[in-house]
Amino acid sequence: MVEAYVQDILHVPFCGDVFMKLFEHEAKEIFRTFGMPLPLGGVAYTPEEARTRAIEVGKPVAVKAQALTGKRGKAGGVRFANTPEEAEALAKDILAMRINDLPVKSILVEEKLSIQQEIYAGITVDRNERKYVVIGSAAGGMSIEELAETSPGKIIKRHVDPLGDLQAYEAREIAIDMGFKGKQINSLAGLFLKLWSIVEEYDVELTEINPLILTTDGRFLAADARLNIDDNALFRHKKLIENMKRDTVEQNEREKLATAEGMAYVELDGDIACICNGAGLTMATLDAVSIYGGKASTFLDLGGGADAERVEKGVEIAMKYDKVKAILVNIMGGITRCDDVANGIVSAKQDGDITVPLVIRMVGTNEEEGQRILNEAGIPFLQTMEEAAQKVVTLAEGEDA
Amino acid sequence: MAVLIDKNSRVLVQGITGSQGTFHTKAMLDYGTNIVAGMTPGKLGEEVYGVPVYDSVKQAKREMDVTASIIFVPAPFAGDAALEAIAADLNPVVVITEHVPVQDEMRVIHVARAKGISMIGPNTPGIITPGAKQKVGIMPGHVFADGKVGLMSRSGTLTYEIAAGMTNANIGISTAIGLGGDPCVGLTTIEAVKMFSEDKDTKAMVLVGEIGGDAEEKAAAYMKDHVDKPAVAFIAGRTAPPGKRMGHAGAIISGSTGTAAAKIAAFKDAGIPVGDKPSDVARLLEEIL
Repeated sequence: MVEAYVQDILHVPFCGDVFMKLFEHEAKEIFRTFGMPLPLGGVAYTPEEARTRAIEVGKPVAVKAQALTGKRGKAGGVRFANTPEEAEALAKDILAMRINDLPVKSILVEEKLSIQQEIYAGITVDRNERKYVVIGSAAGGMSIEELAETSPGKIIKRHVDPLGDLQAYEAREIAIDMGFKGKQINSLAGLFLKLWSIVEEYDVELTEINPLILTTDGRFLAADARLNIDDNALFRHKKLIENMKRDTVEQNEREKLATAEGMAYVELDGDIACICNGAGLTMATLDAVSIYGGKASTFLDLGGGADAERVEKGVEIAMKYDKVKAILVNIMGGITRCDDVANGIVSAKQDGDITVPLVIRMVGTNEEEGQRILNEAGIPFLQTMEEAAQKVVTLAEGEDA
Repeated sequence: MAVLIDKNSRVLVQGITGSQGTFHTKAMLDYGTNIVAGMTPGKLGEEVYGVPVYDSVKQAKREMDVTASIIFVPAPFAGDAALEAIAADLNPVVVITEHVPVQDEMRVIHVARAKGISMIGPNTPGIITPGAKQKVGIMPGHVFADGKVGLMSRSGTLTYEIAAGMTNANIGISTAIGLGGDPCVGLTTIEAVKMFSEDKDTKAMVLVGEIGGDAEEKAAAYMKDHVDKPAVAFIAGRTAPPGKRMGHAGAIISGSTGTAAAKIAAFKDAGIPVGDKPSDVARLLEEIL
């Protein structure tokens, strides 16, 4: 149970692609302004710049791919160089890599640390308690999920009073519970308090320092930095976004189109696109397709006000994904006019925008008229979700034959 | 009776002069909701469909004795609007607004809890009590019929789908509560279960859940030991891949937790049947009632 709980609070923010995730070097710029102790170094966009950074550091360096994934070490995205020339050569290799199918556009060149101990420090939202939770472990380095599985007892957690602050004594207690002694207690507590200030200031959903390094000469340094910001709070952080000069979220063309329309869009590996209004209904429609032996390619939630124009736009976006072999539109409308939607679909079909079979199920005003228009155009209009799901599966299978 | 909202509720609409606020004020009035005041700062003296508008919640309470609030205020200001309603002791406070920052949500949720106030949402379609003709929300009223089943759900249109299926099967609803689609919401599934379990006009319950978090598992465990009333569940997202947000901010499988399978297993362990499709809910209710 403990593991599941830890996994839940820790996994949530890692996974979705909807948080604005900062690159390590961007996160460290913020860390720096809060006085967080960091290794010497800086960002580079070319092998030549990497060499310059290595010269500035003046000792052996780590050359680290900047990628928004926890797996970059395993992918060979973190390497060590003894000289600026070596750093330049490694930078050339790393900048040619793709990690998680995304190109590496920048690298961070930092002093190579002499490690006494690797530690984990993080703060995230615990959705079940609806509070922030501070997490620490004296056994860092590996991912916290692995740690939760292998030695959950070594993970220290402390919820923050949602009406107050993380207090200094609480931060010290975390450090003590993690097993630190003497002067280390205050240094580590100070670091947690800085991390908390960053969380509060930047509407952070998740921040992690993994590893936080205790060096052989007894200093704590944030060797890595992960910072995900609540998308819904970006209006409070306009300056940060301006300074970043990049898209806040990495999206493909279809995801961008859907986001611009205020629709939720997720690609899956089946072949039936489900276009519905409302997240729960869209999920239930995907599930119904699977009950009848089909597999969804697309989760497309049109959101509120599913009128004719929105449905057409949704179909247009869904058609751009080459896995789609059939489309199921399922609208639970109150005031949506089915005849309007039907006319829109028929005209889109006549324009040649829709090249795969389409099944419609709608509940709303003028259902019968909508049904008549679609049936005349040879587009199945069905009364229930179940019938519609069954029909679209048959049609998608027909496309295979 | 019913829960949260009944014919004695005197409802305030915060953000009444905005387009959503105005549109749904009309729809709620048409349904029969007892809306007695609206509020938008700086608009004192205006009227929306005959409803007087005030500058503050305090004013509206003093002049019109409002008891409950529904909030249509844009996300950046929704947290503050909810705090204002809570400060005036309105109960329940229904936050329709989507995309409220999670920091604001956490603060408001705990301020409401400390005062014993039920905050519904954010990101909810609201509450409806068909028997009293009261809806404090944005749902299409005509799909909900009066009856004895308490319905609670984390989604909007899926709830309408299930309610419509129940209505077709002549099964009515005491109250339907939209709990909200965000990871952090005020009234939780387990709290809604407790309300329905104490309500003498509710004879059975329907729980409509979805992937993400552990609200359904907690509710199921509670029901196993403490609730005698029969219940039926439905969980959306059986085929959702891990790590992807499925439309709702809260609908995400995280590692091995928050899966539909875990939730379905928890309900089955509590002896609560789970429908495979939304239409199964009405059928299962017919079996147990």
